[in-house]
Amino acid sequence: MLGYLIRRLAQAAVVVLAMSVIVFVGVYAIGNPIDVLIDPGATQEIREKLIAQYGLDQPLWRQYFTFIANVAQGDMGTSMVYNIPVVDLVFSRLPATLELVFVSVCIATLIGIPAGLYAGYRPNGVAAKLIMALSVLGFSVPTFWIGMLLIMAFAVNLGILPSGGRGDVGSFLGINTSLATLDGWSHVILPAINLSLFKMGLLIRLTRAGMVEAMRTDYVRFARAQGLTEREIVFSHVLRNISIPIVTVFGLELGSTLAFAVVTESVFTWPGVGKLIIDSILQLDRPVMVTYLVLVVILFVLINLTVDLIYARLDPRVRLKGGS
Amino acid sequence: MNAALDVRGLTTRFDTRGGMVTAVNDVSFAVEPGRIMGLVGESGSGKSVTGFSILGLIDAPGEISAGQVLVDGTDLRTLAPDALRRMRGRRVAMVFQDPMMTLNPVLRVGDQMAMAVRVHDNVSKRAAWDRARAALDTVGIPAAAERLRAYPHQLSGGMRQRVAIATALLHRPSVIIADEPTTALDVSIQGQILAEVRRLADETGTAIVWVTHDLAVVSSLADDICVMYAGRIVESGTAEQVIGAPRHPYTRGLIDSVPSLHPPGQPLPQIPGSTPQLVNLPSGCPFRPRCPRATEICATDPPLSGTDHPALCHHPLTEAPA
Repeated sequence: MLGYLIRRLAQAAVVVLAMSVIVFVGVYAIGNPIDVLIDPGATQEIREKLIAQYGLDQPLWRQYFTFIANVAQGDMGTSMVYNIPVVDLVFSRLPATLELVFVSVCIATLIGIPAGLYAGYRPNGVAAKLIMALSVLGFSVPTFWIGMLLIMAFAVNLGILPSGGRGDVGSFLGINTSLATLDGWSHVILPAINLSLFKMGLLIRLTRAGMVEAMRTDYVRFARAQGLTEREIVFSHVLRNISIPIVTVFGLELGSTLAFAVVTESVFTWPGVGKLIIDSILQLDRPVMVTYLVLVVILFVLINLTVDLIYARLDPRVRLKGGS
Repeated sequence: MNAALDVRGLTTRFDTRGGMVTAVNDVSFAVEPGRIMGLVGESGSGKSVTGFSILGLIDAPGEISAGQVLVDGTDLRTLAPDALRRMRGRRVAMVFQDPMMTLNPVLRVGDQMAMAVRVHDNVSKRAAWDRARAALDTVGIPAAAERLRAYPHQLSGGMRQRVAIATALLHRPSVIIADEPTTALDVSIQGQILAEVRRLADETGTAIVWVTHDLAVVSSLADDICVMYAGRIVESGTAEQVIGAPRHPYTRGLIDSVPSLHPPGQPLPQIPGSTPQLVNLPSGCPFRPRCPRATEICATDPPLSGTDHPALCHHPLTEAPA
C-alpha cells in the first residue's frame, strides 16, 4: 500500500513536470504579453526595458529553467496584470470556486444517484421515463443558456434570489466561506444548480444503467431467493457493485468542474478561478496561466489517486500494484 | 406422510413479442421430507422456470397464472408479497446453477450469509456469523471461520457452490430447489457435492427438487424423477421406475442417449430434432414430431395413463406393473 502510494506520487511528479513544459511552450506560442500590456505609445526604450525586466528577451528554454528554479524556491512568479504574487492571486479566488463546486456536486449526487437508482429499479415506469428525459436535457442543453434562464426566472421575474456575485463571507470552523451566511447561500444556490445539471444527468444515466444490469444478475436473484427485502438488496448488494463506475466518473467530473466552472462563473459573475483564468488568457498573463494549469494537473492527479484508493476499498478484486 | 412440497397445476406464462408462451404448463408433483426429486428435461423444457415459479421469482413479462404451491401445507400463491418473501430462504430455499455468479463479488461470504440469517431471525451480527460458520461446517467446508472472511473470488467453484448450499440451509428449510447446481463444476467436485446433498437430505429431512438435464446425475441421486418436456411433466415415478422401465418414448430416448447407461461399443442413439419453440407449439402431444411411436391420434392431447408411474402419452411403452 505504502509502496503503491510512493510510486503513484512519483508518477504524479513526472506528469506535473511534463505538463509544465507543455503549458509553458503553449502559453509562449499564444502571443507576446508585452504587446497587450504596454501602452502602444511607449518609447522603444521603455519597451525594451520592460521586456528585459520580465526576461522575455531570453530564449524559451532559459525562461523555462528560470521559472523552474524560481518554483523550486517556492516562487511561482508575479502576475503581470495585478502585480501581486500568482499564488496569492489564485488562492484568493480558489475558495469561491471550491464552495460553488462543493454545493453543485452535493446537489448532483443527492438527486442524481437516488433518481438513477429508482429509474433503474422500475425502468418501465412513468417516473423512470420522466427522470430519463430530464437527464437528457440536463447534459444536452447548454449551461450558459440554463444559467440565463435561471437568472431570468429567480432573479428578474420572481426577484427572490440575487442574479450574481458572491455573498457575505462568514467563518465556519475557522474557514472563511460564504456558505456560513444566509446571504452567501442565496448567492451560491443558482450557480450551483446550474453547474450541477450536467453532472446530475450523467450520474442519473450511469446509476440507472448499472442498476438495470445489476438487478438481472444471479446474485440479486439469489438474494431474493434468500428472502432479503428489496431495500437490503438494493442498498447492501447492488449499490456497492454499481458504485465503481460511478466513483470513476464522479472523480473525473469533480476535477473538470473545479478546473472549468468557467461558463457558470461568467454567467453569474462568480469571482472564482474560472473567471481568473479566462481574464488571464485574454490579457496573456503568463504566470497566472502556467500556475493555474499546473494546479489543475495536480488536482486531477490527486483526484485520480483518491478514486483508485476508493476502488480498492469498494472492490476486493482490485489489487493496487507496486508493493503489497 | 405429508408432502413438504406439493405443487398442483402450476402454470407460468410469458407474454413475449412472438405471442404467449406457456413455459410451465399444468405441472403437478409432490416431494416428501428427506426425499430428492429429480426434475429432468432438455434446455427450454421449463424445468428452471418451474423452480423459480415455486419461489414466486418470476419477473415480468412472466406471470404465474394458475396453480398451487403448498410448502408444509401453506399455499405460497395465496400469500401477500411480504409474507411470500418471509417464506423464501426460511421455508423454501434455492441454489443456482453458476456458483461464480450467485455470490456478490464485493461482499465477504460471512456478511452475505449473516444478512441471510438476520433477515428472518432477529439475532446479533455475531450470532449470525456463528450460524453461518456452523452451516459451512455442515456442508464440509474446512476452516469455515476463515472462509467466512474471504471474498467469493478467493474461493474455488466447488467451494462457492458449497457456500451457496450452506446459505440455503441456514434456516433449515423444508424444501430446497437446486437449479442445476453441479453443471458448472468438475466431475470430481460434482461427485462430492452430490454425496453431500444426499447426506443432508437424509440427516435434515429437507425435501430437495434437483433440476437438471443430466440424467446420469439424477439416476444416482434422486429418489423420484419427473421428466419435463415443452413445459409439461410427461412422466413421473420413482427413480427405479423411470430409469429402469420408462413409459414415455421421450424418457426412453433420453436414457438411451446417456453414455454411462448404454452398453459400450455401440453408436449412441439420439433423439432427432430439438425442443420445440414454445410459441408455436403443435396441437396434441408436443413430442409427436420427434417420436418414433407417433400416430395420427397423437395430434390430440395425450391422456395421463397409470397412477403409480404415470406417463402423458397415447402409446406408452411396456405397461409398468402397478
